[in-house]
Amino acid sequence: MSTLAEPLDVADVATQFTVVRRRHTGRWLAAVVVAVLGVVVAQNVLSNSRFGWDVVGQYISDASIIRGLGTTLFLTVVCMAIGTALAVLLAVMRLSSNPVVNGAAFVYVSFFRGTPVLVQLLFWFNLAALYPVISFGIPGVHLDANTLITPMLAAIMGLALNEAAYMSEIVRAGILSVEWGQSDAASALGLTKGQTMRRIVLPQAMRVIVPPTGNETIGMLKTTALVSVIAVPELLFSSQVIYARNYETIPLLIVASLWYLAVTAVLGVGQYYIERHFARGNRNLPPTPIQRLRTFARAITTRSTR
Amino acid sequence: MTAVPTLSPAASTTTRPMVRAEQVRKSYGPLEVLQGIDLEIATGEVVCLIGPSGSGKSTFLRCVNHLETIDAGRLWVGDEIVGYRQRGTKLHELSDREVCRRRTDIGMVFQHFNLFPHMTVLQNLMLAPVTVLKEDKEVVRARALALLERVGLAAKADAYPRSLSGGQQQRVAIARALTMQPKLMLFDEPTSALDPELVGDVLAVMKDLAQSGMTMLVVTHEIGFARDVADRVAFFDGGRIVECGPAAQVVTDPRHERTREFLAAVR
Ligand SMILES: Nc1ncnc2c1ncn2[C@@H]1O[C@H](COP(=O)(O)OP(=O)(O)OP(=O)(O)O)[C@@H](O)[C@H]1O
Ligand SMILES: [Mg+2]
Repeated sequence: MSTLAEPLDVADVATQFTVVRRRHTGRWLAAVVVAVLGVVVAQNVLSNSRFGWDVVGQYISDASIIRGLGTTLFLTVVCMAIGTALAVLLAVMRLSSNPVVNGAAFVYVSFFRGTPVLVQLLFWFNLAALYPVISFGIPGVHLDANTLITPMLAAIMGLALNEAAYMSEIVRAGILSVEWGQSDAASALGLTKGQTMRRIVLPQAMRVIVPPTGNETIGMLKTTALVSVIAVPELLFSSQVIYARNYETIPLLIVASLWYLAVTAVLGVGQYYIERHFARGNRNLPPTPIQRLRTFARAITTRSTR
Repeated sequence: MTAVPTLSPAASTTTRPMVRAEQVRKSYGPLEVLQGIDLEIATGEVVCLIGPSGSGKSTFLRCVNHLETIDAGRLWVGDEIVGYRQRGTKLHELSDREVCRRRTDIGMVFQHFNLFPHMTVLQNLMLAPVTVLKEDKEVVRARALALLERVGLAAKADAYPRSLSGGQQQRVAIARALTMQPKLMLFDEPTSALDPELVGDVLAVMKDLAQSGMTMLVVTHEIGFARDVADRVAFFDGGRIVECGPAAQVVTDPRHERTREFLAAVR
């Protein structure tokens, strides 16, 4: 009785007993089931000749596919950049106490979130029907809308303006997530409103803004496929042009998908490191996978030398 | 609309106090938080504001550096009317930029420190002198390091605020305000968010500052500090100053029943 009540000395326990680890039977079982299913699916996909893996291999680095990929990346970067810049402006406007400024931003966001982006793209593409001549109110200065609004420009406008509406809500949430005390402290030090926003609020808001922005970027990468309807030669359109010629529809769609997947994976890694950058100043950042791998390697080498 | 304060002819004679409030009023909607505050703080003087929660102490402090605008009355800091510039017989409302410029003479320390968590301690100290006052970086760095030394945190220059204890953070916040070389320091309950054993370090820094001749306006619940360090104590209740006098007298021998009740409750 009395021996049971005595507290166990931990150091003592380690020397006296052999520790038996828990077995995690369920976890092992689940892993086996998943592995078997994976092998079955892979086997099926690779052995079905109609997937046309040889055709996939033939076109994966085809010049027009790579050019299409370039256009897709260009559109993603440009539209995200314009969209984000506009979004910061809209978010600051939304937080303004001036009802006209605030209202204008609200109407913008409502309009662009309330209509399908595909419709917006078609609108920009057909702008010439609405305004055949774009003048600037200055006599003699005018442009022909048909030559000005190229498919590429319509694509950029459609995607970027739409993205700004979504991103502005993300930026606004980020700004609101920063405590009021931060702005108070900055004001008390004599920083102007603009300096406070740039130096104090936005950098801290980034922690909230970056993760959903990563999703938006990945979303944008895939949404660029929509501009194939207005004949911008991006990745999907380039694949379509090829399979319209050789009828290898499925293999070429796989080619496009593999490229989308590859870029998404790279973006995911980039997002991880950007998030860590903006989380600086926090205690206990977990190590990155690479750091973890290094620690692991070091542990193994020291163990083997012992 | 803000009532435009009128000029008092007395304002131009004798040595100016650092802060002068005459019948300062401030409302939030229907709630009148400051109901006519009169207070003068001489250069080099330390004045503690005590009083129950919601009595308007923080609001008054925030009015002094124009984080809030007053609705009526007159408020001077140094030679200047808070929020206005005098040109002959006219008062011009200040632009945002001018308001910011004026604030650089006033340091403020908050209950929750409000350090910038994405910057190191040294960056926190250097930000405003470099970006607002456009001072030379190396000059500011040297001053910042000396101030960190003075508050006992020289070793923490490159640490991030979240890795510091509350007491350390508050001392950094004081050093940050001092790096601007202000003429007046405002403290809003600087020790209220701290664990009891960390309060002493912060109060020691404030006492050191008071002895160096800094003009200080301190909202605090540390009655002992008020008695030992302040020149005068003002007791706030319901948006008014009920009693104001030499620190020792107000704390040990208050004239008003309300002050007596409050002091009995906080001890
Ligand atoms: N921005 C605001 N909007 C509306 N009411 C406010 C605002 N700031 C303060 N108040 C109200 O004004 C009153 C005085 O607040 P103040 O913060 O000045 O009190 P205090 O004396 O500092 O109290 P405490 O000791 O709790 O800090 C309180 O009733 C508070 O609710
Ligand atoms: Mg307060």
